[in-house]
Amino acid sequence: MSIIIHKNTKILVQGFTGKIGTFHAEEMIKYGSNIVGGVTPGKGGMTHLNLPVFNTVKEAVEKTGASTSILFVPPAFAADSAMEAADAGIKTCVAITDGIPSHDMVKIKRYMRRYSKDKKMGLVGPNCAGIISPGKSMLGIMPGHIYKEGKIGIVSRSGTLGYEAAQQLKDLGIGVSTSVGIGGDPINGSSFRDIIEKFEKDDETIAVLMIGEIGGPQEVDAGKFAKENMSKPVVAYIAGLTAPKGRVMGHAGAIVSAYGESAIEKVELLKECGVTISKNPSVMGDTVKKVLVESNLN
Amino acid sequence: MDIHEYQAKKILSDFGVKIPTGGIVYSPENAENKAREIGGSKWVVKAQVHSGARGKAGGIIVCDSPLEVADATDKLLGKKLVTNQTGPEGKIINRIYIEEATDIKHELYLGLVFDRSSESIMVVASTEGGMSVEEISKEKPETIIRSKIEVAVGIQQFQAREIAFGLGIEPKLISRAANTIIGCYKAFSEHDATMVEVNPLVVSQQDEILALDCKMSFDNNAMFRRDEISELRDKTQENANEVYASDRGMNYVSLDGNIGNIINGAGLAMASMDMIKLAGGEPANFLDVGGGATPEKIVKAFKLISMDDKVKVILVNIFAGINRCDWVAEGIVQALDKIKIEVPLVIRLAGTNVDKGNEILQNSKINYIEASTLEDAANKAVKALSK
Repeated sequence: MSIIIHKNTKILVQGFTGKIGTFHAEEMIKYGSNIVGGVTPGKGGMTHLNLPVFNTVKEAVEKTGASTSILFVPPAFAADSAMEAADAGIKTCVAITDGIPSHDMVKIKRYMRRYSKDKKMGLVGPNCAGIISPGKSMLGIMPGHIYKEGKIGIVSRSGTLGYEAAQQLKDLGIGVSTSVGIGGDPINGSSFRDIIEKFEKDDETIAVLMIGEIGGPQEVDAGKFAKENMSKPVVAYIAGLTAPKGRVMGHAGAIVSAYGESAIEKVELLKECGVTISKNPSVMGDTVKKVLVESNLN
Repeated sequence: MDIHEYQAKKILSDFGVKIPTGGIVYSPENAENKAREIGGSKWVVKAQVHSGARGKAGGIIVCDSPLEVADATDKLLGKKLVTNQTGPEGKIINRIYIEEATDIKHELYLGLVFDRSSESIMVVASTEGGMSVEEISKEKPETIIRSKIEVAVGIQQFQAREIAFGLGIEPKLISRAANTIIGCYKAFSEHDATMVEVNPLVVSQQDEILALDCKMSFDNNAMFRRDEISELRDKTQENANEVYASDRGMNYVSLDGNIGNIINGAGLAMASMDMIKLAGGEPANFLDVGGGATPEKIVKAFKLISMDDKVKVILVNIFAGINRCDWVAEGIVQALDKIKIEVPLVIRLAGTNVDKGNEILQNSKINYIEASTLEDAANKAVKALSK
């Protein structure tokens, strides 16, 4: 199995009829993702890309049985759309939108607490590349063809750095079970820890590559979790060795503001947790390969 | 986005936080008049630049007469103030804030930030006002009080009271202090701030609770709904190239090295900078042209990098995903048709249609060095530097 999305996962596109939503919906359909329809308030009843458009997520879920959604809604309306998905019973929502205010993210996360654990939506992102389970389904904006089907779980804040890793693995003949982009915002739906926990439980995944960066506590939290709970090896690369303190490096969350948030400190703390560090971004694939050989997993 | 002290204080006073009487001035004459208007016998002349540690850098001058106020203003206006936070280039002083001096009994620290672990607003307070929060946590960590505020319900009276008692405020001043803390919280939550720091917050000899200095930063992502905050932006306090980039939707940070970068994606940009460092070079900038790397963006990026005199080599690293390398290569060819680059250029393309992309570059008139991997690109860029 892969994690989060599988061959038949039924997907809704929120912000379906917009330019960006349309473009990526087409790409996902081409890849083989099971897109069952979309939501654009006010355009319900239309057909778009030969699929039904609904006014509300609730109606879309009732009519299509969708369990999953992907969000291309502009920043000002994205929080509302995510909460609508949570309320309609969507199990996983991937928010691609870049530029959602932090106060809105806090609000979404607080809103989702009203649902019991088994009914609570898993939010991935925002400001992320999405999720792909190679050969099965793509719920994101990544170039699907660079991912080879296989057994490595990838979790990355950055989109393009995640692509770089997938390409390096493919060049070495190594495939990916699922790759998850958690996004570059300071407050996000799923943390590194949330995702590696899923990889640990997944039969198909044999090792995890975690691609982090400066800022925030999540990489180190995941390292601590791995030390205590993971049987599978974890390889990590942390970007931003040369990033100056106190400056935002592109991603809103990529800013060093406290101890443990710089790349060097994160690397040291992760090493203490038994995580294997990829020394530079050019050897992420090689490091995974080395770990597989050492663990007799290749 | 950062704002000036006087702007931050105005916001605080809108939420009922007391501040010393003061006003903004743009000339020495203006300053002298302002001092007379404020009255009293002692004034503080404060350089308005986006930086802390202004006092140590000579940007805050205490004066005993309106004439001294005028002199101090004359001395500061138009100068660049170099603090330990501005870097060696300093920041230009275009505005001066004149304020009545305060008789201080106690100096306290009060800060509000987003706490990424608990995803709530964290109030941090200490009895050691005047020191930076880093200094306090290093030297007097036992004085730090932290209180997590649940954003959905906001700060409660008891939480503000607890902080005030924790700061050793006299019982008769507790409700005044609590209201000050609540005012700061409201300023934070109602304007999409990411940081509000009142340092020092003082108890005066007259038993007033006053915000003597204040710094505020705001969430850039929320500016679409905060016109009143966007208007406070002072571009003279920002690096000119960074302003040029942000006005054109690019993420750019100016750095001290000499290898200019054009990269798509923030993570890949940081990673490329890391590779340059490991190869023995220093990046001149961080530049993320966005995941898409459209030809228009590439043109703008080359223009931006060519504005930086420090740059001695340019490294382009694009991982083409949904966009294809052939398309990116055409963008590069178009860009270099419009913008003349005098320094060596290293280009690494990867991803979709990489062979086609490289072919387009090879068949163009562009004089460049082709690189295959991230590591190769960084090594070639550093090598080109020494030529």
